[in-house]
Order: sequence, then C-alpha cells, then structure tokens
Amino acid sequence: MKKIDYLLAGVGGQGTILASRILASAGLEMGYDVKTAEVHGMAQRGGSVESHVRWGEKVHSPLVEHGMADYLIGFEMLEAARWLTYLNKNSVTLINRFRIPPPLVNLGKASYPSEKEIENLLQSRGGTVKWLNATDVAEDAGNPAMSGVVLLGALSNLVGGDQEIWLQVIKRLVPARFVDMNQKAFLAGRDAGRD
Amino acid sequence: MKELITGNEALAYGAYLSGVRVGAAYPGTPSTQIMEKFASFPGVHAEWAPNEKVAMDVGIGAAFAGTRALVSTKHVGLNVAADSLFYAVYTGLNAGLLIACADDPGMHSSQNEQDNRNYAKFAKVPMIEPSDSEEAMQFAATALEMSETFDTPVIIRFVTRTSHSSSVVDIDPDALPPPAKERKPYKREIGKFVMVPGNARRRHPVVEERISKLREYAESTPLNRIEPGNDDWGIVASGAVYQYAREVFPEATFLRLGMVYPLPEKLIREFAGRVKKVLVIEELDPFFEEHLRLLGIQVIGKDVFPIVGEFSPSLIRQAAIKAGILPATAPVSAATPAPEISIPIRPPTLCPGCGHRGMFTVLKEAGVVVMGDIGCYTLGAASPLEALHFCGCMGASIGVAHGMDKGGIPDRLVAVIGDSTLFHSGLHPLINTLYNRGNTTTIIADNSTTGMTGHQHHPGTGYTLQKQPTLKVDLERMVRGFGFSKVDVCDPNEMDDFRKILEDHLKGEEASVIIARRPCALQSREKRTPPRIDPELCTNCGTCLDIGCSPLVQDEDCVSINEAMCTGCGLCVQVCPAGAITREEE
Ligand SMILES: Cc1ncc(C[n+]2csc(CCOP(=O)(O)OP(=O)(O)O)c2C)c(N)n1
Ligand code: SF4
Ligand code: SF4
Repeated sequence: MKKIDYLLAGVGGQGTILASRILASAGLEMGYDVKTAEVHGMAQRGGSVESHVRWGEKVHSPLVEHGMADYLIGFEMLEAARWLTYLNKNSVTLINRFRIPPPLVNLGKASYPSEKEIENLLQSRGGTVKWLNATDVAEDAGNPAMSGVVLLGALSNLVGGDQEIWLQVIKRLVPARFVDMNQKAFLAGRDAGRD
Repeated sequence: MKELITGNEALAYGAYLSGVRVGAAYPGTPSTQIMEKFASFPGVHAEWAPNEKVAMDVGIGAAFAGTRALVSTKHVGLNVAADSLFYAVYTGLNAGLLIACADDPGMHSSQNEQDNRNYAKFAKVPMIEPSDSEEAMQFAATALEMSETFDTPVIIRFVTRTSHSSSVVDIDPDALPPPAKERKPYKREIGKFVMVPGNARRRHPVVEERISKLREYAESTPLNRIEPGNDDWGIVASGAVYQYAREVFPEATFLRLGMVYPLPEKLIREFAGRVKKVLVIEELDPFFEEHLRLLGIQVIGKDVFPIVGEFSPSLIRQAAIKAGILPATAPVSAATPAPEISIPIRPPTLCPGCGHRGMFTVLKEAGVVVMGDIGCYTLGAASPLEALHFCGCMGASIGVAHGMDKGGIPDRLVAVIGDSTLFHSGLHPLINTLYNRGNTTTIIADNSTTGMTGHQHHPGTGYTLQKQPTLKVDLERMVRGFGFSKVDVCDPNEMDDFRKILEDHLKGEEASVIIARRPCALQSREKRTPPRIDPELCTNCGTCLDIGCSPLVQDEDCVSINEAMCTGCGLCVQVCPAGAITREEE
C-alpha cells in the first residue's frame, strides 16, 4: 500500500479542517492507516491555515515532510503558493482559482501575484498544477463556501476510492441539513476535475 | 470499530470510560476540546470554571469526595493553577485526579512556549505523555489507576500535535463506563488534608517516598519500553516527537518514554549499555538530556536539535544531516529556479463587524497608551491599527496600568480587558485600583463570549458548558458593587458615543470603568446591507483602510467593499472624511 501525503492550504474560515476530516476518513474507509494535523485557535480569524493528511500502510508522524507532499490542495491561490517547499517533481497541485487578498494587498502595500506567476512558481518544482474554479462550482451547487468539498471531488478522481465511500463519509461528517448540498458539490467537483 | 479522533477527544473518551464523572477547565488552545468533548457524555458534570485555579480546586474537591475527576488546561493555565496543584501533591486525594495539560511548542496560539515537563519535577507529580490518540485513550485509564494506587494527581502531557492530530482508535461502540458504584467514602482526616506547617512537615516525606515508589513503577510499566533495532544509534524520545523520530530513523533502537517523570533510571542505563551512541530528541527544554547526563551517560541532544520552536520530521532530519548523523539526501531541488515572487503574509485579523475595531480606532485617535490583555482584542496591536501597547498574560492589563500610573507615566493611559479575561483574573486588579487610590480607566471589551478560543460560555453569558441556563453576572452592577461610581456602557462601534465617554473618563480624577459592549460578530452572524462607496466622492485618501477591515480593498483609484465579507456594521461610514461611504436605506 503506497503512502499518500496531502497538504491542504487555505485561509481561516474556508473549511480546511472539515475537508481534511473528510479526506482522512475516506482513506480510513479504503483501508489505509491515517493521521492528520491541524491548527485551531487563531484559525477562524482569517489567517493562513494548513492541514496535513497522511494515508499509508502504517503512519507515524501526522506531519508531512518538506518535499514529500503527493498532493497540495490550495483553497486559495496565494495560500497554495505559500507551501511550495512541500512539493517535488511528482507532486500534483490542485488549486482553486480564487483570490482572497491579504491585508497588505488590501492596503495597497503589496501586490497579489498573477495567476501565471503562481503557476510558474508551483511548476518550478517539476510537478503538475491543475486549476479548478471550485468556488464557482460550489456556488452553482448551492453555496460558495463548499469549495473545499468541490476540490475533494476533483481529487477523488486521482486517488481512487469508490464514489459511494466518499459520499457516505460526507454524510457522516457534515451536519444533516447540508448533506445533500455537499454531496452535490462533491459530485460536481468530480465531474469538473475530469476535464 | 475503527474511528478517527483527535488526541483531545480520545483523552476525554478514555476518562469517561474510566469512570470520571466530574470535569472542570478554563478554555485554552490547544486543550479546549478536551472539556467540550467530556461535557457531551451522559451522566457527567462538566464545567467551565472562571480560571484554571478554580478548575483545579473543583477537580481536587471532587476527588476528595470520592469521585474520579478530570481537569484540563493549556500549558500557561498550569501557572495559574500551580498553587493548588502543589497542595494536592501534599494532601493526596481519595479518588483519582487526572490533569490533562497541553503545551504549545511553536506558539501556534500562545504567549510563550514553556515546557511543562518541568512542573512534574517541580511539583513532584507523575507525568505521562501519549504519542497519538490511541495512547491518549489508554493513558487516561492508566493515569487514573496510578493516581489511586499512589494517592497523587497525575498529569497527562499533550502538545499541539497530539491534541490536534487525529489518528485511528479502536472503539467498542457498546463500551460503557463502570456503574456509579459506591463512592470511596470521604474521611475527615485533619492530619492529611489541613496543610498547616505541622501537618505539611509530616506530608513532605510521604511525597518523597511516593516519588521513589513511582520511580520503581516506571522501571516496569509498559508505558516505557525499549524497541530494539540497529544498535549504532539509540534514540530517547516521547510523545509526538517519538512519532517523528520513528519516521526519520526507521532502523534505530528506541527508548520510548511514555512516562516523562519520574524516569526509569535502570531501564535508561540498560538502554545506554546496548547502543553505541545515545541521541536524545526532545522539543523545548533538555529535560531528559539533563537527567541522562546526571546518570553519567554521554548523549547527543541540544547540541544538535534546537531548544526553541516546534519539531517536525523535516526539522529532525535536517538537523541530523547537518550533524553528520544521517547521510545527506539529495535535496528536492527545483526543476527550474523558483521565480522570485513575494508572497505577502496573511496574519489573523479582527473579523468584519467586530466591536474591538471601533474601540481601537477611537483609542488610537485619542492617542492613549493602552495596556492590553489576551483575547481577540490583542489583534489591536497589529497593523494598521497598532493601538495596543502591552500584552503579557491573562489579567495583567489592569495591574500593569495601575503600576504605570503610580510609576509616573505622563501619557494618558487605559487598560483594555475582555469579558472572559476579566472573570479569569481581572477582578482582583480592578479592586486593587480602587483600594490603592488609583485613577486609571479600565475598558471591558464585552463581546459576551470567550472569542479567541472558539466562543465558550463564561459567568457573564447566562449558560453553562453543558448548555444549562444559569445566572448571568451583570458587569455593570458588579463593578458598581465593588465601589466604582463612574461606570458607562456603550457600543464601541458607535464611535461618537464611545469617544465622548472616553474623553469624559480620561478627564476625571478617579478610577473608572467603561463597558464597551457589542456581541462578537462571528458568533452573532449579524449581517446588514453593506454600505456603498461613491467613486465620485472617494478621494482615495485611505482613511477607511486604516481601520483594517478586510472587506475594504484598495482598487485602482478608489476603495471598494467586498460585499460577501462585509457585515454592514457601518464603522467605515463613520471614518470616511469625504462622506463617500454611505449606508443603504434598509
Ligand atoms: C492562563 C491562560 N488561560 C487561557 C488562555 C487562552 N486564552 C487566550 S485569550 C482567551 C479568552 C479571551 O476571551 P475574552 O477575554 O472574552 O476576549 P475575546 O477573545 O472574546 O475578545 C483565552 C481563554 C491563556 N492565554 N492563558
Ligand atoms: S471572533 Fe468575535 S471577538 Fe474575535 S475578532 Fe471575530 S468578531 Fe471579534
Ligand atoms: S461596514 Fe465597513 S467596517 Fe463594517 S464590516 Fe463592512 S466594510 Fe467593514
């Protein structure tokens, strides 16, 4: 059983913690040993947040090593770029085409890099970069805040697992009244990720 | 059944299944979810105490009464509770007392990175440390047995990466705690429980004898074990760091310490005897290292691995390569040189609509020195507000402001403290200001919740941890009851009102209190129509950007509002000097 290391990067409040739970639980259902690491506290106050998720035969550390991430899932463009050092030439970056300007950019004291710049940066490690308009897809499915679940849908094409496993995990982890919407967002992401 | 749960949840579950029926804590990252989870189990009493010392006394009291108890805290909370911990080590208990304490190496959400293993040695209390969720659950049961066998509190140490990491735990869905059988009867033993000098002198030898017995216990407990491997390197590690080291040194021999204090000296010597070199890998202080050196064992430790900051497998690997312990691996080089682009930092900020923003905007404009405290409002120190000039530990603001005043500072001065922090440790310094004839103004930033740690109840919210309605302390009546006669209440985002009250208080010659009351915006989710910015009127002066509200964005030649993020609080409307920002009619 091959190890798969994931790093989920976003802005506090974007739902990285829920997404990392879904991803880890799906791995467990598929028979992997799994561990996650996340940071709470300041997370809801709009700062940079990252979650580590690891699947493997036997996982010791919950933290992914530099240069060892198989997948980087960027909930926001700048946040994906921030974790460059975790990538290697085989890594896949799945990135939401979505900008949340940080305070310095709002104040006009720094500039937000262009899409091309971010792509070049992420590709400098040799891996592949896949773009997805996850926030738009989530909005069509009912709520733009579900962009993380859309990204997981696209990711699910790459890492395997029966569609039903993922849908069941979502059902278990999402509050009952949001299950339908989230499953719909997941499937929309799965479709969008195939192109 | 295999389930994925965090270390915090696992500890709470383990405590519950071991028959713990009383829990007390004050929130603090990364420990908060321990008590939140424990509170969700049937048949338990769980409470948010106003601070960690009270929580500790409540836990000790429950254990005196014969009921197993759980106290949880973040590392600095043990400073607050230390006085109580130290007496409980002398008196001993009756039923088991489990203290779960979470350190925060790397200071993800703390004001320091003290290493609480030192408390075990200092207070002479046994400490154990799990390395993942499965162990957190099992160690809870072990700790309670240890507590009752040796008649002592037992500390379970966590760090952020064991508290907030999820791993797989085998859970029996039908498992139930033991029935609430006969409590161990409480006996009135004055010699054991009344720590006057005469009695305490008799208890101290009991404590020393207990630690000797625990040292023997440490030799044979399965919590500590040698994991044989290649004997070129013998690695001593515990907790999360053990897991990192296992990954970096898959072949080495390990001494895995589940019990951090007291240490198993015979086992350590045996281990040192069977390996060529001993490597101690531990985060923060050289706690194991110093002990091994005292035993005369040559070790490599802090000369290779840093004493500051959080560890990770990457950090351990790099440090080991640098010291020649591991061969250099080919660096994961860039395929092409990484383009030079700057990635602006993204620090946490006050939420849109937060009342703390209005408060700091007015304080900044007034030019006062602000002695602050810990909570979301500490973000008032961040750019662009930069209107808070001190934050040390919880409850320090008011006493420090009084001291600055008595020390003769010429500037106008206020103390700012959150409502939860006021109940935690702000009441005594507030009374002190009155008693000792101070004249500082204290602003209570009352958002009616414990915001920073995720919105927990406290004595001013009207609800308990277990969501039962209860008495709600009325802040205004409380401070008037202390003897403050100059007390005003207002919404700090109504800037004119707040400004008038502030100026009036600063003119006065008496100690006074302003209650700046506005419900936490993240909790209330209040949303009104966002204001509009008229691009014709906007002079692009940037004044509104200085309040640091994230929906306000600098565009080409005027400022715009991100409507999805804006709560419509209207603060920016009040600061725009050109009148370009206006409220929509609702
Ligand atoms: C001794 C201690 N216990 C707990 C904490 C964690 N902590 C930091 S701020 C805070 C509460 C802040 O609540 P409040 O004063 O109401 O301010 P708010 O965040 O709501 O603005 C807590 C519990 C700490 N830093 N120190
Ligand atoms: S959580 Fe509440 S108190 Fe904290 S910054 Fe947000 S609105 Fe303000
Ligand atoms: S009204 Fe202005 S100050 Fe209030 S949340 Fe919206 S942008 Fe921020």
